[in-house]
Amino acid sequence: MSAVQEVVTEAPVVDAVPKRAMTLGFGTSLAVLALLLVVPIFAKNFIIFQLTMLLIYALAVMALNILTGSSGQFSLGQSAFYAVGAYSSAILMEHANINYALTLPISGVICFAFGYLFGKPALRLSGVYLALATFALATAMPQLLKLNVFEPWTGGVQGLVVDKPDAPFGLPMSQDTWLYYFTLLVSVAIYIFSVNLLKSRSGRAFMAIRDNEIAASAMGIDVALYKTLAFGVSAGITGVAGALGAIAVQFVAPDSYTITLAISLFLGMVVGGVGWLPGSIVGSAFIIFVPNIAEGISKGLSGAVFGVLLFLVIFLMPHGARQMAMLGQQLIGKLRR
Amino acid sequence: MELLTNQILAGIATGAIYACMALAVVMIYQAIDHLNFAQGEMAMFSTFVAWQLMQWGLSYWAAFVAAVALSFVGGIVIERLLFKPLAKAPILTNVAGFIALFAIINSSAGLIWDFTIKQFPTPFGSSPFLGSQLISTHQAGMIGVTLVLLILLFFFFRFTRIGLAMRAAAALPESARLVGINTSWMIALGWGMAAAIGSIAGMLIAPVVFLEPNMMGGVLIYGFAAAVLGGLTSPFGAVIGGFLVGIFENLAGTYIPGVGNELKLPIALALIIVVLVVKPAGLFGRAIVKRV
Repeated sequence: MSAVQEVVTEAPVVDAVPKRAMTLGFGTSLAVLALLLVVPIFAKNFIIFQLTMLLIYALAVMALNILTGSSGQFSLGQSAFYAVGAYSSAILMEHANINYALTLPISGVICFAFGYLFGKPALRLSGVYLALATFALATAMPQLLKLNVFEPWTGGVQGLVVDKPDAPFGLPMSQDTWLYYFTLLVSVAIYIFSVNLLKSRSGRAFMAIRDNEIAASAMGIDVALYKTLAFGVSAGITGVAGALGAIAVQFVAPDSYTITLAISLFLGMVVGGVGWLPGSIVGSAFIIFVPNIAEGISKGLSGAVFGVLLFLVIFLMPHGARQMAMLGQQLIGKLRR
Repeated sequence: MELLTNQILAGIATGAIYACMALAVVMIYQAIDHLNFAQGEMAMFSTFVAWQLMQWGLSYWAAFVAAVALSFVGGIVIERLLFKPLAKAPILTNVAGFIALFAIINSSAGLIWDFTIKQFPTPFGSSPFLGSQLISTHQAGMIGVTLVLLILLFFFFRFTRIGLAMRAAAALPESARLVGINTSWMIALGWGMAAAIGSIAGMLIAPVVFLEPNMMGGVLIYGFAAAVLGGLTSPFGAVIGGFLVGIFENLAGTYIPGVGNELKLPIALALIIVVLVVKPAGLFGRAIVKRV
């Protein structure tokens, strides 16, 4: 009774984005960086904490953006990688007394390996099936973290408490401010790494696979290798974000890493513009602040307001913040003439 | 041996829930080639509508029929208003749309009917079925309704003009348009039917899991697992998949040491991943060949 569905031309997963359109110009980048450097001087500690979370989520959204925007693969399971990163960092700090800054690269490597291994079987899946498999991973993760077997390390349902680091060298700043600048430093480093990755041979391979897998393999690109590599890199960056998140929140527990987090990150990517790396920060702002705004408009209906806002974004700006940026650019261009 | 048969019976009973949901999932997948992540919430909302109608004094069956009809119309309205404009959009945008729909429905249901757990009546009663303690008359009724639904769907797709047109529109939209089928309305019809089937699933499930806005969370995931196991292209496979997932879940909980209740969900998800990797088309689905 199933339909004769043997030959189909598949809809594109994402629109093709040219490489040049994926990043900001040098001047604009510096302006954004300067803004991010100056803001905490005028802000209270709580706002600084929120800004730190903004950067951390922006990193995680960017990681997803590398996976989806450049290699065309789906993931609704980023929260699983985020959780693994957070837990690796917390466990290393708690049980091995390793310095917080050193746990970041270790978490990154652990998550890279995890993502790479998960990418192996996921390789055979595309589109909706991959979304489903990663969705399953994200849903299962909190349950796996609660397992009795791991309890001596993970602390089971209770989770682990992490100490907040002090500013080093006796710098006169609060813990929150130091953590903000530390996160900013890591984020900028990873952003530069990602931009260069996309400009490299591997980045071009990702994009070739995204645009046409068969043509890419005909050109001699090892599709399997690059697809799993994209998964690994994305998971690794998400892991670093998760580790930073654990340090900023000072607490890891299984129920902070549910499917809701994965969905938020996914929405952040869509809102920020798929395939546009700087959009990650806009997307991250959307997922951090819009639920608060929605709650402000109507307490009982915050979910509905959030959904409606999301629909507005999809309908009015299908390319998210990237479209806004391009419109702005065109306007400026017209004014100059 | 008795433990085994008992567990299989109990598995079939819970499997009926998943089978219902999987059927709705497959329906919409057939029509639009997308997995609707908001399917469970739509079913939940329909169930609340039925509950409300009963509070207003309608009899069970009157409320049942009214809720199915309203869901059918509701599904079509959602498609026309929200998803028709997205038909040409990338998959990604559609998934974001489903998530938005999920948030809207969940939150409005919470506002209208609040989050307290409500009893939902069953027309079949809840006494033991044929003297077995493990399977109640309600669960037996649920299995019966699922099978009847499946047979009706089979006849609809096989022997009616409109069923044939829907299959054509799903398989080869362009050719279907050339022979005069209004493919756009066929998709809307698919949404309507999926919403109607979902509402039936919701009303059958509600007496077991109780009625509240988050009742469908776990069920939908198992429904997906079932649909994937049976093959996303086959309604028959989805129902069989539902029963298999139910049985598998119960047997794994009983016989694999250390699994117990808390690992049941990861087990279902591991099942999804294994099936996807080993046989992506599912047990009864057809392999899809991509045109270059």
